[in-house]
Amino acid sequence: MSVVDRLTGRKGADARKTVTFGDASEVRGAPLWSVTSLLFVGLVWWWIKRGPEPIINDRTFPSMRQTWDAFFELVDIGYRRVGLWDHTWASLWRVLKGLVYGVVVGVPVGFAMGLSNRLRGIFDPIVELLRPVPPLALLPLFIVWFGIGEGSKVNLLFFAAVWIMVIAARAGVLGVRGSKVHAAYSLGANKWQILRYVILPNALPDIFTGMRVALGVCWGTLVAAELTGTTTGLGAMIFAASKFFRMDIVVVSIIIIGVIGVAMDLTMRFLEKRLIPWRGKG
Amino acid sequence: MKDLKVDGLGMVYELPKGGSVQALHDVSFDLEAGRLLTLLGPSGCGKTTLLNIIAGFLAPTSGSVTLGGDPITGPGQERGMVFQQGALFEWQSVAQNVAFGPRMNRKKRSETNELVQDLLSTVGLQGFGDKAVYELSGGMQQRVALARCLANDPEVILMDEPLGALDALTREKMQGLILKLWQETGKTIILVTHSVEEALYLGDRLFVMAPRPGRVEREYELPFAEKGLHVDPREMKASPEFIDKREELLSLIWEMEEQIMGHEGAMS
Repeated sequence: MSVVDRLTGRKGADARKTVTFGDASEVRGAPLWSVTSLLFVGLVWWWIKRGPEPIINDRTFPSMRQTWDAFFELVDIGYRRVGLWDHTWASLWRVLKGLVYGVVVGVPVGFAMGLSNRLRGIFDPIVELLRPVPPLALLPLFIVWFGIGEGSKVNLLFFAAVWIMVIAARAGVLGVRGSKVHAAYSLGANKWQILRYVILPNALPDIFTGMRVALGVCWGTLVAAELTGTTTGLGAMIFAASKFFRMDIVVVSIIIIGVIGVAMDLTMRFLEKRLIPWRGKG
Repeated sequence: MKDLKVDGLGMVYELPKGGSVQALHDVSFDLEAGRLLTLLGPSGCGKTTLLNIIAGFLAPTSGSVTLGGDPITGPGQERGMVFQQGALFEWQSVAQNVAFGPRMNRKKRSETNELVQDLLSTVGLQGFGDKAVYELSGGMQQRVALARCLANDPEVILMDEPLGALDALTREKMQGLILKLWQETGKTIILVTHSVEEALYLGDRLFVMAPRPGRVEREYELPFAEKGLHVDPREMKASPEFIDKREELLSLIWEMEEQIMGHEGAMS
């Protein structure tokens, strides 16, 4: 397969297949087209802001130039006496805490639900009732309970993460093949060893997938969580800037949130490949 | 070495919609230590149920199984198990899989390592210890499963269609390996199979099982496994005695299948 074929995503180039429509192994994307689509978005942006009387005015949407300048303004002096890095780090730290709490609580609960009928019965109604609740619906309650500051935010993110982790861990436990457990018992393992050396490693791929999903959901919930009661964080920055019609800063924040979201997902995928190479190989 | 004694074994499964299935009815036999018993029969004849009861994964509704006089009440490492496939731990290397039993028993690491190397060369996998199990072919994975089972030095090895997922050529090679291990270790082996040829070639005792209710329909004492250690397997399988026995068994099982079909036809 030539480089050009790979970049443009020409199907069947190396295997000389005659039919490729519906052949999943032939669809891997086309980097050249990805670049083109990004350039096109840029072109649209440039076009709606061109000339002295652009189609969309500065109060509604900034030009690329303004966004670029706003970015360097943020890097240089920050926003409202807080550096860009500090805003970003505040957001990341909240998400990280919420995720870690979610994993620490969710995985044992999920394991319990996958291992015991009684515990499954106890937790099932709680999990099933709370799981569909959008985390933000709980924000008023959480503010009353945990205060307007960090407490309510981290708890909200914990709430967003924990059900995902419960379901993922439970699926991981229930997905263990009976013959693996039987084999381990026949090799002399006791219950604790079955849990530690068979069920846990068997559930790790599912737990990791859960973490990836939870991280994304937390990141998405965060901005709204930072709506009130804080002056730091990318979400707080967006809301503060919007009050002063600093759409350039809003757009920079949105782009940063998007880029970090992608970076986190790529990091998780990389870690997954390194830490759990056996995924899907059972 | 301990003899296995199966006495009046019965197993009834209650069906969720009501009614029940008699998976085993009054199965009794003695198996002296060091024999290789193959279980053959159409699906639903209870051969896997029987194996699972001996392994200790199922408790029979009636009757008992004892090994060297001790009743079997649950799984234990004196009864090793080899499954068809997918029972290896894919998160561990080949060597770690083989070392699993000794590790669960908190054996010394150095002794275990030595044992693992020995076993890997016994099953023809020397040098593969650091590989991941999913990098191995199906046949090699079953070699790992055999080595893992042997690491605990069990009295009895139970094999549930161990070669069922392998292609014909690999299967034949693995049959040779099982015979070799049987000879070298002198272990008692019970092997469940769907293949008439395999049951004949490997079993020095063979039970043909029948369904509804699951039972031992006919017993054979066979010379092929003993001879198979010294004779070319292809020659053996082409010999008139072997072919005679094979045809006899095939028609017996064929008859059973016909009866099942007739029975099911009458029910619907």
